[in-house]
Amino acid sequence: MILCQNVVKRYPGGQEALSQVSLRMDEGAMAYLTGHSGAGKSTLLKLISLIERPTRGRITVNGQHLNTLPRRKVPHFRRSIGIIFQDHHLLHDRTVFDNVALPLVILGYRSPEIARRVRAALDKVGLLHKERARPVTLSSGEQQRVGIARAVVHKPAVLLADEPTGNLDPDLSREIMNLFLQFNQVGVTTLIASHDLELITTLGKPILRLEAGRLVDTGAPPAPLHAGAPA
Amino acid sequence: MKPDVARKSRTRATGAPPIHSRFQAWGVNHAQALVFSLGRLYRNPFTAALTLTVIAIALALPAGLWLALKNLQAASGEWDHGAQLSVFVADSVSEDTLRVLAGRIQSMDAVESARAITREEALAEFRALSGFGEALDLLDHNPLPALVLVTPAADHQGPSRVQALSVELEALEEVTQAQVDLQWVQRLQAILEMTRRGVALVAVLLGLGVLLVVGNTIRLDILNRRREIEVAKLVGATDGFIRRPFLYGGLWLGLFGGVLALIIVGVGLALLNGPVQQLATLYGSDFRLEGPGLAGALGLLGLAVALGLGGSWIAVGRHLRDIEPR
Repeated sequence: MILCQNVVKRYPGGQEALSQVSLRMDEGAMAYLTGHSGAGKSTLLKLISLIERPTRGRITVNGQHLNTLPRRKVPHFRRSIGIIFQDHHLLHDRTVFDNVALPLVILGYRSPEIARRVRAALDKVGLLHKERARPVTLSSGEQQRVGIARAVVHKPAVLLADEPTGNLDPDLSREIMNLFLQFNQVGVTTLIASHDLELITTLGKPILRLEAGRLVDTGAPPAPLHAGAPA
Repeated sequence: MKPDVARKSRTRATGAPPIHSRFQAWGVNHAQALVFSLGRLYRNPFTAALTLTVIAIALALPAGLWLALKNLQAASGEWDHGAQLSVFVADSVSEDTLRVLAGRIQSMDAVESARAITREEALAEFRALSGFGEALDLLDHNPLPALVLVTPAADHQGPSRVQALSVELEALEEVTQAQVDLQWVQRLQAILEMTRRGVALVAVLLGLGVLLVVGNTIRLDILNRRREIEVAKLVGATDGFIRRPFLYGGLWLGLFGGVLALIIVGVGLALLNGPVQQLATLYGSDFRLEGPGLAGALGLLGLAVALGLGGSWIAVGRHLRDIEPR
């Protein structure tokens, strides 16, 4: 569950990235976050994943009040969420397998269990045959899928994605979005920032629209014309 | 594509493994960090060799000086106990009177033994040991005085006691001068004491240098792996997890630097031992250079490891916190 109450984020210099943003996502819900560049999509995701802290307002994720969470507890909080970035943040000196295994190594799993889970996650994103490859040898669509496998390998309750299809062509983008829909189907609360309105309006999930740091559209279902099961 | 990967998320939200497995994994993780940091040294052999050499030299220098001091002290200690007084006798004293005098001195409480050396014996000894034999032949008379060599009793070895004895001996009628052979030993001791301070100072400075070298190496390592650290923090790595490989990196630098320093010291000892023994033989001593010994070697290694860990600890504490995902 994600709950934001009157969240304000002001950067040094007075620029207000988010103004009085309130939103509520129940456990197992899925939504898209859209808006122009600089509207505050990334900022909101950073606040929810505790990469940054809000200037004012309360944020609660999985029942944890992030405002009062001390610094030393941040790692434990991060383990309950999966984060996906536009530039996928992969480590290029390690294999695909090792990249995906990182969250499990940190959690303290033993190698047979790590291998089993990593392969399951890679299988899920269709990259099991690439586990020995280095990320640089993969296409950007494949790299993004490695990033997704890493974000879900430890089975987080919340999945956050910041422009996961930013660099991909429409077919690949749809493929990636379908993956997210599948994760959501098994109960993962999923919030995806994307400016690809054309694509996300066809996916049948609520769309939250940010404009200059304000939430102007709090998740009305998409137009009936586009509603329906994902492709 | 099956959705079973994410399905279990509802039953176990954070996906943490059971406690015993985590504890075991903690140990495994330490071992991995240890091996991983070793592997990094191995993969950057040139940089590693350079850093290790700097550390080794910085450690070997004070260690070598300390050893030199230790050996000098051992050598001077040998002389210290053999403190003797040369009691010179007037040329007019006959050989018989000389022997009587030696007997009288011998009977003194403060004296362990007294040996009479006649002018001829002194000349013979001088000729044998000094190498000036031919020069002596040019002289038409024996320039050396007769003397009594006095070894103070064991409980009269202290400098003030020996001094008192020399005054007592000088008061004797036949005696022209009583010379304590101890003065230069005392001066040497004073010089050694001064040098010890100097070596301690140098050791502290060079130890600080090792700390900074390791700290800087680890700092660069941290900056080079900034991205890796950010990613690890994003997926929930604790500070401890991230710190570990860097701390172990410092430990390896210290340990290998220490081993290299011991090798340098060992080679230095081996090179010096020959000439030193030759010199000792010339002085009629069987003195030989003493190595650091097992305790000394372990001490040096322990110090090196401590400096390595300390240096990396400083760098890690200073820089890891600054790196946060953006």
